[in-house]
Amino acid sequence: MPSIRELARVCKSKNAGPFDLTIDIVFDDTALYRKVRASGVITEALFARLYGVAAEDVLLTPYDAAMAIKATFPRLVPAGGIGDTDVYGCQQHAPLLDVEIPV
Amino acid sequence: MKEIRLLSTSAILGYGFPEASLQAGMARAPHVIGVDGGSVDPGPYYLGAGVPFCSVMAIRRDLRLMLRAATAARIPLMIGTSGGAGGAPHLELTARLVREIAAEEGLHFRLALIEAEPPRAELQRRLAAGRIRPLGKLPPLTAEALDRASRVVGMMGPEPFMEALDNGAQVILAGRASDPAPWAAAAIRAQLPPAPAWYAGKMLECGATPSIPKGHDCLLVTVREDGVECEPINPIRRCTPLSIANHSLHENSSPIHHIEPGGMLDTSDCRFDALSDRAVRISGMRWTPASQYTVKLEGVEFTGHRCISICGTRDPLLIARLPLFLEEVRGIVREKAAAFGVAPESYALIIRTYGLDGVMGAREPVQQVAGHEVGFVIEVIAETPEIAAAVLGIARTNMLHTDFPGRLCREGNMAFPFSPSDISVGPVYHFSIHHVLELDDPCEIFPITYEEI
Repeated sequence: MPSIRELARVCKSKNAGPFDLTIDIVFDDTALYRKVRASGVITEALFARLYGVAAEDVLLTPYDAAMAIKATFPRLVPAGGIGDTDVYGCQQHAPLLDVEIPV
Repeated sequence: MKEIRLLSTSAILGYGFPEASLQAGMARAPHVIGVDGGSVDPGPYYLGAGVPFCSVMAIRRDLRLMLRAATAARIPLMIGTSGGAGGAPHLELTARLVREIAAEEGLHFRLALIEAEPPRAELQRRLAAGRIRPLGKLPPLTAEALDRASRVVGMMGPEPFMEALDNGAQVILAGRASDPAPWAAAAIRAQLPPAPAWYAGKMLECGATPSIPKGHDCLLVTVREDGVECEPINPIRRCTPLSIANHSLHENSSPIHHIEPGGMLDTSDCRFDALSDRAVRISGMRWTPASQYTVKLEGVEFTGHRCISICGTRDPLLIARLPLFLEEVRGIVREKAAAFGVAPESYALIIRTYGLDGVMGAREPVQQVAGHEVGFVIEVIAETPEIAAAVLGIARTNMLHTDFPGRLCREGNMAFPFSPSDISVGPVYHFSIHHVLELDDPCEIFPITYEEI
């Protein structure tokens, strides 16, 4: 089964302000994007499981115009706070890469 | 058809851009040039300490080229979030550089400085009047927390920039501003609707970042009533519908609802059409005015002083029992620090393990070290630099010398690349204020002063 690293053109994380992390998965083919969405794999529950947050704290927004799915949820530690490991939040995407999607 | 051409030189003042791109961009006869001067992204330190995150040498270089270009073309130059964080010292540093460059180059213009660090008493009054609300999951702001903050800035919208332009300013340096604000100001003042005006700002705030290959370079955006056109100046870069769409996701919590001072930019029905193989037209954005004008407040509080030491191990026996070893070291530090009078609750000891979970911390799903060496950053944060250095010294010594069963490397567990091994990093801050302030007049906490240069 293909994984996100094989299907997506972009899979990235970044701060959305100092308290939230946002993850984007972008495709470059409308049919593929629709299939990925229809697979029902990329959900609030997926992010909850991979990042140890409550599903209700995940804001999941598909953005059809950009063939993208965005998820935003609280950072583990606010940016630059004691124990933060990634001030810019740009290296938190890796657990998604191996998520398999039946397309 | 009415249009305004806006040229952004780079993602941040001081990131640099090719001089040839600026020249080629100026040949397109832009109405305004500018660049974003800062960001909250490098973390709380820069706001707290009042210093920029780009070097003065790099800022001066970018500023000199832009001042020359703007004065030669007689067009406005606008910089938001000056000096990296947009506080009073950041604005003053950028103003000083502008004055120095103008004197060296014999340039003359009307300079506007828009302040964004309101007096604390002013903010206390507004807090008492119930006009400050928390964002996200933060607790309501208290008078004590507002007092404790090392620095608090308000994030201005486009209106103070418009006022400065109305008053004839040619070079505008602003304190903390919403990244798209100066661009939105230029377009709205040119009688263009807020939706494409704000959208243009969203593209321009990062220079050529919406193009591929990504790089710190110039972007030209043409704003019209029914949309915007994006084109990188450098011929090696291209804007494509995918690169633009990708950028619309950048650093926001929702790709479709962008909350700004005074309203919301809704991009849910945007269309991205390639105009050529390197320019894209975006249309279909909408603007919904807010019933109450608000600006974001950003504030940081002093956390303590940080000391760090960097080391690594190449010992497979140690790597095999890493969690136990680190726990033992932490225990020894607790004991020895207490012995010289430092209680465990008066410092934070963090041992960052690169090769295991240095990047993702508690969110790291891989719990095994796969490599042959492991790197550590030993970190102590304490109330004073002396306590931080003392606890770090003990932690470093015990990372080096703590015995473990089966140990063969009896002269030391860690390779230290530096002497001195311990680095005092200075004060540490944390974000303590991330709230919104209601305003009756968008300019009321952003006073503008003018200077004839």
